[in-house]
Order: sequence, then structure tokens, then C-alpha cells
Amino acid sequence: MNSWVLIVLMAALCATIFVAGRSRSLNVATGVGGTRYLNSLPFYYGMLSALWAILPALVLVTLWKIFDGQIIEHIVISELPDDVVFEDASQRGLMLNQIYNIMNGQLSADAAPAYLADSVARLQALKAHADLLVAVLVVMMMVGLGGFAWWRINPQLRARAQVENVFQLVLLGCSSLAILTTIGIVMSVLWESLRFFHAVPITDFLFGLEWSPQTAIRKDQVAGSSSFGAVPLFAGTLLIAGIAMLVAVPTGLMSAIYLSEYAHKKVRAIVKPLLEVLAGIPTVVYGFFAAITVAPFIRDTAVSMGLDNYMAVTSESALAAGLVMGVMIIPFISSLSDDVINAVPQSLRDGALGLGATRSEVIRQVVIPAALPGIVGGVLLAVSRAIGETMIVVMAAGLAAKLTANPLDSVTTVTVQIVTLLVGDQEFDSPKTLAAFALGLMLFIVTLALNYVALHVVRKYREQYE
Amino acid sequence: MNSTNSAEKPTTAELVERSLAKRRASEWRFKQMGRASVAVGIIALLILFTQIIGNGIGAFRQSFIHMEIEFDPDTLGMTEVNHEQLALANFDGIVRNGLRELFPEVKGRREKRELYSIASYGAGFKLRDMLAADPGLLGQRVSVKLLVDDDVDTYVKSLRAGDPYEDRISEAQRKRIDKLLESGALKLDFNTGFFTSADSAEPEQAGILGALLGSLFTLLVTGSLSFPIGVAAAIYLEEYAKRSRLTDFIEVNINNLAAVPSVIFGLLGLAIFLNFFNMPRSMPLVGGLVLTLMTLPTIIISSRAAIKAVPPSIREAALGMGASKMQMILQHVLPLAMPGMLTGAIIGMAQALGETAPLLMIGMVAFIAEVPAGITDPATVLPVQIFLWADSPERAFVERTSAAIMVLLAFLITMNTLAIWLRRRLERRW
Repeated sequence: MNSWVLIVLMAALCATIFVAGRSRSLNVATGVGGTRYLNSLPFYYGMLSALWAILPALVLVTLWKIFDGQIIEHIVISELPDDVVFEDASQRGLMLNQIYNIMNGQLSADAAPAYLADSVARLQALKAHADLLVAVLVVMMMVGLGGFAWWRINPQLRARAQVENVFQLVLLGCSSLAILTTIGIVMSVLWESLRFFHAVPITDFLFGLEWSPQTAIRKDQVAGSSSFGAVPLFAGTLLIAGIAMLVAVPTGLMSAIYLSEYAHKKVRAIVKPLLEVLAGIPTVVYGFFAAITVAPFIRDTAVSMGLDNYMAVTSESALAAGLVMGVMIIPFISSLSDDVINAVPQSLRDGALGLGATRSEVIRQVVIPAALPGIVGGVLLAVSRAIGETMIVVMAAGLAAKLTANPLDSVTTVTVQIVTLLVGDQEFDSPKTLAAFALGLMLFIVTLALNYVALHVVRKYREQYE
Repeated sequence: MNSTNSAEKPTTAELVERSLAKRRASEWRFKQMGRASVAVGIIALLILFTQIIGNGIGAFRQSFIHMEIEFDPDTLGMTEVNHEQLALANFDGIVRNGLRELFPEVKGRREKRELYSIASYGAGFKLRDMLAADPGLLGQRVSVKLLVDDDVDTYVKSLRAGDPYEDRISEAQRKRIDKLLESGALKLDFNTGFFTSADSAEPEQAGILGALLGSLFTLLVTGSLSFPIGVAAAIYLEEYAKRSRLTDFIEVNINNLAAVPSVIFGLLGLAIFLNFFNMPRSMPLVGGLVLTLMTLPTIIISSRAAIKAVPPSIREAALGMGASKMQMILQHVLPLAMPGMLTGAIIGMAQALGETAPLLMIGMVAFIAEVPAGITDPATVLPVQIFLWADSPERAFVERTSAAIMVLLAFLITMNTLAIWLRRRLERRW
């Protein structure tokens, strides 16, 4: 049975029950002298019946969608002959695989024990009937519970209060989704990381100097645990983020100062949104730009200056990725600094100007020091963005994990490795893929700490002048 | 001694006078630094746009060869037009015949192979579709317009720039192409295929429709989940939540989630949706779910700001008239806050539209040459398509990548303009 059919069926049933509940409340109302003698409006009686019908049904369907596979498998396995015993879970899994393979025709039924043919037939039958069974169950439940709610309708029933309680619970559920997401991130990343640290010691990961996960593709090749040293990745990340900050912090800050202190209102009205366009451009576009235009330009310039005699000059460079990332972050820094600069009270400026300071002196010696905590907070947020940025570095900085401080060389970063390790099909038990989760954990912890400190600093500062 | 000293000692006014030039110069320098910084940003933006447009504008036009083709039953190996014979027929053969007619002087295997490579690999398929649509063509001689190979196309386009790209085209082939261009048989025309076909390994046949629809389906899922959930969460936090540990925790979480790198959401999607729930890879539904989790904080934060902006007097008036809290919220606060919420939602969706990294991890990087028809069909999205094309070695993909970027940017600019227009149009001040 198609799941769309079930959804439409449920929606139709829900609407019918709503209409039924509403009209019953109207009927009841005529008995007591009109709707004004009801506790709630007729709409709420309809709503209450519909909620009674739909909510438990939704829970049932969701649970079923999550666990249907396991339940069916459990039934099939439990009906195997008594002489088939499993010593552990993996044997059970093997048996299931065998059954599935026979069902899909990848394995001939003749080669397998006879009782498996029965299991296959049973599995197919269960799969065919299960959806229908659930649909019937859902409809019965909706009719039953909806009918019960419908039957309960009387003028004293506090339908509105009950509906509103449900409404409030749903709202609470929606806002808790943020917590669930965080828990989801922490659990999934932490869990896989722990499995990784089981295979590779955490000290090797944090302090190892060599990163070559491709050498440990198969499970039995773990031996070379030294290939999971993440230091070159951390160094590459810092190098690129550092270059990006060197570009973005001065330009962003000076732009903000110019736009808020010097520029004419009309200029500001045009230039500010223009700069903000930079923040709205997808990072994949920056990545393409860096790889196609900036990186070759940098390499050609470096080669024509003869730099390739002294150091490695590659077509994918940390400098290209860092420069372009810096451009991307300019509007981020400039709008955050703009906010804090504007928050500095005019009286401070007027005081300094009154003492005869020039405008640049006022800015450098009064406004910036006053706004400094906010600016630092903004810079920290920008650093966390630069560290977490993926596409620009994937496309422009390369994949080679080198421990180098040469910006013209190719380096790789934490995010790039996460992506390259996980793109495509991969076996989920190999340390190679688990390593990506360990890197993800590091990234999560670092950016979270930076964000936390930054938000704290910004908020604390903002309260000073209020 | 003393007197001479005091005579030499400058007065404050003199000191100021002397330092003034220096201070003015430093003031001027500071201002110019500000100007330069703004200029850096604007110039970067201009370079980016001119590069993308300069590279990509060519992809909207495509070279086609106009030639006579005979649907010769012998060469095709067909006796009648039916499903089976159409599948087996040698359509490449009649394309070759047509090309040989244009250049009867070409002899030798290598020369011929080179001549045949003028037409795209897809030319045969086009003829097959023509014949399938009109079986009467069998045995007829018709004039058709066929796609040419990407190398030829790149060469033809590069001629205009005055710097011909000849690396992949031989001398003899170049002469043939020049002759075709002179006779008008080879012409540039609007490239409809770019907008009507899905991805292909052959640059001349590759289009963005598949990725565009994939993006659309993904955004459909994201929008229909994140907007209602985001608004509901914002309502709870603004109207119902009393300050408690739970609500504080929720708030901190939302702010933190807004700043978590997108690649982490990819890890979450991979671990939860693909590994735990065993959902298939490359599905817009899964992509949409991941992007929902990612955009939710943005939407919640902007919706809260919109709700906060509705003055308390409106709430009090509604409550005073006997409305319940839910009625007050649904019938009075929400309609007034809706423009602000929509603006936030559009901006969140624009972010989701441009997002790539998390989608790479849930398998939306697969090569998919079919146009998806629903949220459960395998699909890719526009930014991922750009990423894939950018990685392709063929030179012709550079202009296609840039053209796809232009399409993506056009959508983003439209969405942002819509958001600004909505804000201006519906903004209300109390």
C-alpha cells in the first residue's frame, strides 16, 4: 500500500471527524438553547475530536515507519526451526542477509537449507500484508478514538482549554527540536568518534604528524595508526583561516569605520547592501572563482617572480583559498563592527571632538577602544566561520595533507577531509570513515567554544551603554 | 641661559600649529584607508561578477550543424519503425553518411574518425527520437539541426574572442570547421538544451534542468517543514515560555546551532537519516530534512524578532475582548508578524538554496542523468551540480559551470529582492 494513499486517507478521515464533531456540538447546542450556552465555540469541539483521532494515529504510523523492518525480521527469525540456534548477533545478521538475497534472486534457493525457502515466503507475505494491516489498524484507531471524543461532546466539555493545551504542547515540541538537533549532532558525532578512538589512540590523532587515511581503507590495515595524525590538518586550517583573517579583519573594520563615520548617507545606502551581496553568494561560487581565476593567477605571478626556485608553488594554494575566503568574510566583519561602532554613544565622540581631536584621532583613540570588545567578539565569530568553511577549500586548497607554512603550497583542512572521507559509498566500520566523525567532533568543539565566547563578549559589551 | 631657554621653548599654540600638518595628513591617510577598504570589497564583487558572466555567457549559445540526413533503411538496418528496431538501429551510421556527403574528399580511417567527431555523441539519439515521433521519415531525406561536439563548440566560440582554442582540434579538422562556418552550415544558436536537459558526461548535452528541479524539490521539503516548525517554536518562546532552565537552554541551543558549520549538519544527516533510518542516498527528501535542521535557527530567530515587534497593546486589546491566548496569537499577533516571518523565511531558504557541503555527505553528488519527478527520486541540486562540473576536466564545462552559477545567482538575487520588497511593502510602524 502506497504511503501517499495512507496520508490522504488519514487527512480525509480527520476532516470528516472534525465536521462530525462540529455538527454534533451544534446539535447539542440546540438542546440547551443555542451555541452561546456551550462551553466553547463549535470549532473547538470539532478540533478536539479530530485531535483525538489524528494524534495517536500519527504516533503509530511514525513508530511503524521506524521499526517495521526490525519487527518483520524478528518474526521471521523467531519462526525458524528450533534446531537453528544463533550464538551471537552477527550470525543472525548473516542469516537475514541470506534470506534477503534469496528473496532478491541474488542467491539460488536450492543452495540454501530448505527451511530458508519457508522464511523467504513468510518474509514476502509479511511485507505484503504489513502495510495493509497498519492502514487498517490506523483507520480503526482513528474511527474508534474520534468516535469516543465525538460521543463525549456535551455543553460542559471544556473543549477550547483542551485544544489549546495540545496546541501549546505542539509548540513546545517544535522549539525542543533545537535541543534534539544538538543532541543528535553530539550523539552521532561522539558515538562514531569513540569507535574511532577505540581503533586509533586519541593521542596519535591529536599529536600525530602524518595524515594519510587512504592507506587504511580495509579494517585489517589499521596497523599504521600513525596515518591518522591530524596535526597537518589543524595547521592547514589555521593557515587558511589566518590568511582569510588577514584579509577580512582590516578591510572589514576599515569599511565599517568609513561607512559609519565618514561616508555620506547616500553613499552608505548604496555601498552597504552592495558589500552585503558578498555575504549572500554561495560558497561553491567562491570556490569555483578561487580555483579557476585566483589560484592560477597566484601561481603564474609567483612563477614569473621566480619564487618557485625557493619554495613549492602549486596550482592549488592556501593563499588562493584564504584570499577568497577573506573576501567572503569582509561583509560579516563589517556589519558586526558597524553595529558595535554605532552603539558607541555620540557624546563620547562629541567630547573628544570638542577637545580638538581630528576625526581619525577620535575613531582610533575613543571609538575603537570603546567598541573593542564587540569587535573582538565579531572577529571570533568570523574565525569560527573561516574554520568551518568547506567548499572554498575543497575546491581551491587541495587534498594533500602537508605540514607547511608556505602559503603558495597546497594544504588541506579539517572540513575538506571530512567531506573527502565521506563522499561516495564507504564501509561504515572502517577507521577511515570514522576518522571523519572524529574530525567533526573537533570542529564542533572548537567552533562551539569560539561562538560561545564571542556571543558572551558581544552581549556583555552591549549592555554597557544601555 | 634661562631666558634663552624659555624663548626657545615653543608655546602650546605653536606646538599645535607645528603638529597640525602631520595630524591632517594622518587624518587624510586614515580616510583614504577606509575608502580603499570599501573599494577592495566592491572591486572583488565586480571581478567576481565579470568573471562569472564573461565565462558563462557563452553557454547560453551553442553551435549546431545544419545538414541533410537520409533516414536510409539499409544503413539503419530497419525494415519498419517499431520499438525493438528503434533500439537497435544504427543512427550514428546515417549521421556519418551525412557528414561524408559534406566532405566527400575525406579518405582514410583516422581522417574519417576525425570528421565523424564533429557531431555530438547525442546526435544519433536525437534522430532516433525524430523517427520515433514520425515513422513516415523512414527512407526520407530531411534537413536537420544537430549538436556538435564540445571541442568543436569551444573552438567555434573561441574564434570570436580572437584567440582560437586549438589544442584539441587538428589542422585538417579546423579547415573543415572553417568551411562549415563560411557556408553557414555551422551556426551558433540559443542553447535550449541547457535549460531542458539533465546532467550528461558530454558537455554539449549537459543541462541544468535536473539540478534545478532537484533544488526545487529539496527547497519544497525544507520550506514546508522549517517554516511552520520555526514559526511554532518562535511563538512558544515569545508568547508562552516563562523564563526557566528549559527555555534558557532552548535559547542557547538555537543561537549555537545558527553558528555550527554546515558540514556538521552533513555528519548529522549521514549518521541519523542514512545510517540509522536507512534512507536512500541522493534523495531530495533527505536533503530537505538536513537543510531544515540547518535553516531552522535562522527562521526561529527572525520570527521571534517579528513577534517581538508586535506591540503589547494589540495583545492586551484582544485579551480584553475575551479572546483566549491561542485566539489572540493566531488571529491578531500572527497576521501582523507574518511579513517579518516571511522575510526571515525567504532569507533562510536562500541560504539553503546555496548550500553544498552537507548535501555532499548525504550522497547528492551522484551523477544523475535523469530529471527527477518527485521528492523521493534520486537528484542533485544546483550548487552540487556546479561543484561537479567545476571538477570536470573538459574545458567546455567551465562555461557551463559559470552559466549554472549565473542561474543560481539569479534565483538568489530574486529571492533577496523579494525579501526586501516584502519588508518595505508590508513593514508597519507603530
